[in-house]
Amino acid sequence: MDSKTIFDKIWDRHIVVNIPEGPSALYIDRHFIHEVTSPQAFGGLKERGISVFRPEKTVATPDHNVPTINQHLTIHEELSRVQVDKLTENCRDHNITLYGLNNPFNGIVHVIGPELGITQPGMTIVCGDSHTSTHGAFGSVAFGIGTSEVEMVLASQCVLQSKPKKMRINIDGDLQRGVASKDIILYIISQISTGGATGYFVEYAGSAIRSLSMESRMTICNMSIEMGARGGLIAPDEVTFEYIKGREFAPKGEQWDQKLEFWKSLPSDPDAAFDKELFFRAGDIEPMITYGTNPGMGTGISGKIPSLQEIDNASRNSFNKSLEYMGFSPGEAMEGKKVDYVFVGSCTNGRIEDLRIFASFVKGKRKADNLTVWIVPGSRQVERQAEKEGIRKILEEAGFEMRQPGCSACLAMNEDKIPEGKYAVSTSNRNFEGRQGPGARTMLASPLTAAATAITGRVTDPRTFL
Amino acid sequence: MPIEKFTTLISECVPLPIENVDTDQIIPARFLKATTREGFGENLFRDWRYDKTGKPKEDFVLNSDRYSGEILVAGKNFGSGSSREHAAWALKDYGFKIVASSYFADIFKSNSLNTGLLPVQVSESFLARLFELLDTDPSIKVKVDLENQLISILPDGPQENFEINTYKKNCLLNGYDDIDYLLSIKAKISDWEKRMVI
Ligand code: SF4
Repeated sequence: MDSKTIFDKIWDRHIVVNIPEGPSALYIDRHFIHEVTSPQAFGGLKERGISVFRPEKTVATPDHNVPTINQHLTIHEELSRVQVDKLTENCRDHNITLYGLNNPFNGIVHVIGPELGITQPGMTIVCGDSHTSTHGAFGSVAFGIGTSEVEMVLASQCVLQSKPKKMRINIDGDLQRGVASKDIILYIISQISTGGATGYFVEYAGSAIRSLSMESRMTICNMSIEMGARGGLIAPDEVTFEYIKGREFAPKGEQWDQKLEFWKSLPSDPDAAFDKELFFRAGDIEPMITYGTNPGMGTGISGKIPSLQEIDNASRNSFNKSLEYMGFSPGEAMEGKKVDYVFVGSCTNGRIEDLRIFASFVKGKRKADNLTVWIVPGSRQVERQAEKEGIRKILEEAGFEMRQPGCSACLAMNEDKIPEGKYAVSTSNRNFEGRQGPGARTMLASPLTAAATAITGRVTDPRTFL
Repeated sequence: MPIEKFTTLISECVPLPIENVDTDQIIPARFLKATTREGFGENLFRDWRYDKTGKPKEDFVLNSDRYSGEILVAGKNFGSGSSREHAAWALKDYGFKIVASSYFADIFKSNSLNTGLLPVQVSESFLARLFELLDTDPSIKVKVDLENQLISILPDGPQENFEINTYKKNCLLNGYDDIDYLLSIKAKISDWEKRMVI
């Protein structure tokens, strides 16, 4: 009796007020902001004549709009510069910690939170950004919010939220060689579709999840939103604690022991109930690649684009429209397709582990001549670490260059845009029409598949090299 | 700021029978550089609406003379993807007051409600019927009655109840805003902070 999931445990203890037949006021432990979704929220505070309620609980970083070369210079593009300057100004006016462009802790918001130890188990974490779900990998309740809600958090450290339903996705067994956590999540989304978890908060469980590193777990939770979920989380364990220990803002000394005890109480009780439960076998998963214009349109890399007969009547229009945009036909094989660009980066796969995987694959090989490759570290710390480990050197010897941190071609708000009609294999999270630039055609894949593709210049199964 | 009050609307509709319309289509990222909430309507569905040179694409519904109105009727799973509230602002700024679909992405739904744009979730069959009717007669009108949570195709087409959180419904009917509410419970928030030491 009274069994609770980890999600219930965290959610319930953060409720300040339950509005009858309405949402709850949920207390927020950590709030991240960036330049794109925050200016109107600060504008709202100003119009109301109020200040930020708990400035020490908000952390800011410019990431979406920033250039990935010459960051020491003034931002070239005027509107981007105005937005970044506005963030600086708002943080200064309201006493909010800002990791600005030349700060050693700057980077993509969902990369820096964890690497600084700001993200911790048991917390409620929000950001005006849908990939806030990334932080769920630590066993926190983390979700994206809109700008009105950013304003709520700034004004009151709370958001009004209705409790979502609970889903558990179990992935058991051993992964095949060459299969990464990116493939796990692309596989799940391809099975349940982009709306498959709408209305739910997902817990990922099972032996395959437990065996993953912290960074790989972040990749999985990151893409929860791509199946419509409000967020996704993984119960904290030794892997989690080990990762957090010693980081800049991690608890220290006696406080560490107290927190640890609390964190260990978080995992779902054995008999806790979920509204929905799904099971997958890790061994069924191949390296994945997407062929369409939403992340659910994916297949094992040795597979084919579905034929028209395999698509529901009602969905055929949308399916055709999507393939037309991609310049693909139903039933075609994915392997061997021509590629023009490779993008390695983003809050999905722009961490040091991802760069290590990419570098160890391309080491001693040569970049294909027909390709442009952008390798964009997720943060300054990742960049420094890559330097330290000799990754930059390996990349350069293989014909690649590493740029400076930011969201970059993940959403192409800065200059890093895939040109119209060109094909990109991307380690980011969205293959929507125009996401990587107007007319850009994106195929989502893991860093390992991106590496194999960068060497051959075509969509390539990394297992052929293993 | 109080949001605009909403009670009942009778309007013609603009059909967009495409599934999984994501927020990058509603408002592409490159138009998110403003620091105010105004003016996003201009770039609503930018890349579906205009070609590279900025010329309107004739086959896109917003450019067609056949359809106009304050209700956008869209295929299932509308508003997936990014959390950008700019998507709701763009729809509102363009002149839509309601989006009807058989399924909405969560964040889009709450962003819309916070913006005063009403997402009306209808059944698959109601949606299919509405698309069918609009295809033959662009002038048909739809009535949305928030108080009674009822959507009807006029004059005597099918009608259906839709769900909306009671709290949010009252906010819209009265033009209340969440922040006013949160500011009113600040003492309780401070109490909570004192209770929760971890
Ligand atoms: S890397 Fe991409 S998905 Fe992640 S926060 Fe930046 S824009 Fe959003």
